[in-house]
Amino acid sequence: MLRVEGLRHAFGRVRALDDISFHLTPGQTLAIFGPNGAGKTTLLKVLVGLIRPQAGTTHVEGGPRAVGWMGHQAHLYGHLTVRENLLFWAALYDVPAPLRRARVDEALRRHGLADRADEPVRALSRGLVQRAAIARALLHEPRVLLLDEPFTGLDLAAAAEFRRLLAQLAGAGRIVVLATHNVDEGVELATDIAFQQGGRFVSLGPRGGRTAGAVAEEYRRAVAGG
Amino acid sequence: MTLARKGHWTTLVGLVLLGGVYVRAVVFTPVERLQGPAQKIFYLHVPAAVWTELAMVLVGVASVVFLFLKDPRLDRFAEASAEVGTVFAAIVLTTGPIWGKTVWGTWWAWDARLTSTLFLFFLYIGYLLLRGAVVDAGARARYAAVLGICGMALVPFIHLSVYLFRTLHPQPIILKPSAPSLPQSMLVTWLLSFAVFTVLYVGFVMQRYALGRAREEGDRA
Amino acid sequence: MGETLRHAWTLARKDLVLEFRTRTAILSAVVFTALVLMVFNFGRDPSAVAAIDLAPSILWVTFTFAAMLALNRAFQLELDNQALEGLLVAPISRTSIYWGKLAANLVFVAVVEAVGLPLFVLFFNVPVADVLGPLVGVIALATVGFVAVGTLFSAMLVRTRFAELMLPVLLLPFLIPPLMGAVQVTARLLAARPLSEVAGWLRLLAAYDVVFLTLATLLFPHTVEQ
Repeated sequence: MLRVEGLRHAFGRVRALDDISFHLTPGQTLAIFGPNGAGKTTLLKVLVGLIRPQAGTTHVEGGPRAVGWMGHQAHLYGHLTVRENLLFWAALYDVPAPLRRARVDEALRRHGLADRADEPVRALSRGLVQRAAIARALLHEPRVLLLDEPFTGLDLAAAAEFRRLLAQLAGAGRIVVLATHNVDEGVELATDIAFQQGGRFVSLGPRGGRTAGAVAEEYRRAVAGG
Repeated sequence: MTLARKGHWTTLVGLVLLGGVYVRAVVFTPVERLQGPAQKIFYLHVPAAVWTELAMVLVGVASVVFLFLKDPRLDRFAEASAEVGTVFAAIVLTTGPIWGKTVWGTWWAWDARLTSTLFLFFLYIGYLLLRGAVVDAGARARYAAVLGICGMALVPFIHLSVYLFRTLHPQPIILKPSAPSLPQSMLVTWLLSFAVFTVLYVGFVMQRYALGRAREEGDRA
Repeated sequence: MGETLRHAWTLARKDLVLEFRTRTAILSAVVFTALVLMVFNFGRDPSAVAAIDLAPSILWVTFTFAAMLALNRAFQLELDNQALEGLLVAPISRTSIYWGKLAANLVFVAVVEAVGLPLFVLFFNVPVADVLGPLVGVIALATVGFVAVGTLFSAMLVRTRFAELMLPVLLLPFLIPPLMGAVQVTARLLAARPLSEVAGWLRLLAAYDVVFLTLATLLFPHTVEQ
């Protein structure tokens, strides 16, 4: 369960979060759409504990161990191989030592990285690094997954593959929060949709049966009108 | 009356009083037998040295409390105190050699007290440079607090090491800056000048604090 | 506590693998040390000053510079793909991050010193055979203090402008008291004098280590918050 109440935060004069509250239960996927600078990244950073908000509270069932986070950057060391990177993060997330190798092998296979596993990360293409970053975020089987612009750098096939994976994860009773500026990405995955602008949720509600096109139309109106 | 104004007046009062102290020091306090008139500089030198150190301790104390309360006023005070400390250190480091040249015959002798002040001076400079190098205001306050606390913790180590160093290399100096038994009139003059420097410290810090606040408001507007 | 140490070890091991894989930093530090020793040899008038008189100062000034060079890179590793952000999100204590970095830095500096000491003995013809144990002891005592403060400062400075220049300016005033102690103790050791003559300095070195290790552990979290 993920609960957020009355979050407020400002950087100097810029309001990044303005009275944000919501509540998600397992199986829900919240897609947050907003233009650049709307405060999406700040919200996710507050949820993972990177930023301490000036007001408001967040509660994630299971604490930081239950959270998987994928930010703008891959959080991978360029000079270590993909496998070494994953083993390192698995150790920090307390995946038990006897399980680590098997878990990492499985992740490498699932994300199509098995044949590149022993290459240093800096030798990989941007798309492959992104896949490795996804593998890293999912390694400890988090119950809450926070994704900041996760489709950046993925080609069409990889993006489709990633969407399938996310649908699978949400189906398995996980909470997913996805922030993106591109309405075409991720609408089908979402059970709930929020539009964020100037730090505020200008709209928040279940997707219902709305299609990507309908949501995009609404988004344009909400953001232009807000 | 605004804080800047109050600081202004306090400083002015301090400066007038300092003049008064020097009239007393020069006219009504006996000339030290061995050092001659050069000793008069101590009524400037010693209180400035004491306040250089006290200012560092106050920076440290404000920093500790800041990390708990995150109150920007404490950070502003620490910054003000550090700048005033730097000025006082500069006073010590200029008056010291002037005295040293006349009495020891050399500008710089790695004397224990002067050396500790030099340490503090570099510590202050580092602190102010760090403040200048961090763009984000929140990070600047936290980093400065961390350095301020470490600086305060370093003060006893500076004293101890300078003391140990000196005992290993005894210097051919019979005259010591702080004679153990100061004549009454000298002691009174010294205490007066210390009080005046306290007023000056308060006045400077008030002005610098007001300036820091005005600058932050300027950034926000 | 056990958990903190385990995570610290995971981090330190990762740093050392990275370090010895790229090798540039450690090799530069070692070569730098050798060069400084050489510079000192030619930076004195051999007919006026015997090498042995200057030896303790030369040793410690060299080690101080080498340590500074080493400390600069400690947190630079974590800027790779914003890995530091990943560490801060991971369910590990801030203390374990500091201790991990500290341990890796200590190993790094120890390697440089392990190469520097024999070179020093060779270049300056210093008789160390009888006092090797205590000499290594005092090197360890002083190095722990250097690196404890240096690791804390490099964590703050990594994201500031002119970090490479700022670190020496901030750090040197802090290094002078232990440097003075180390030089005095080394001089007594090389002159085959009893250590009891420098008991005060040894106490100062030990107190410095305890105070700054504690302080740095407590203060480190404030240097990585956002």
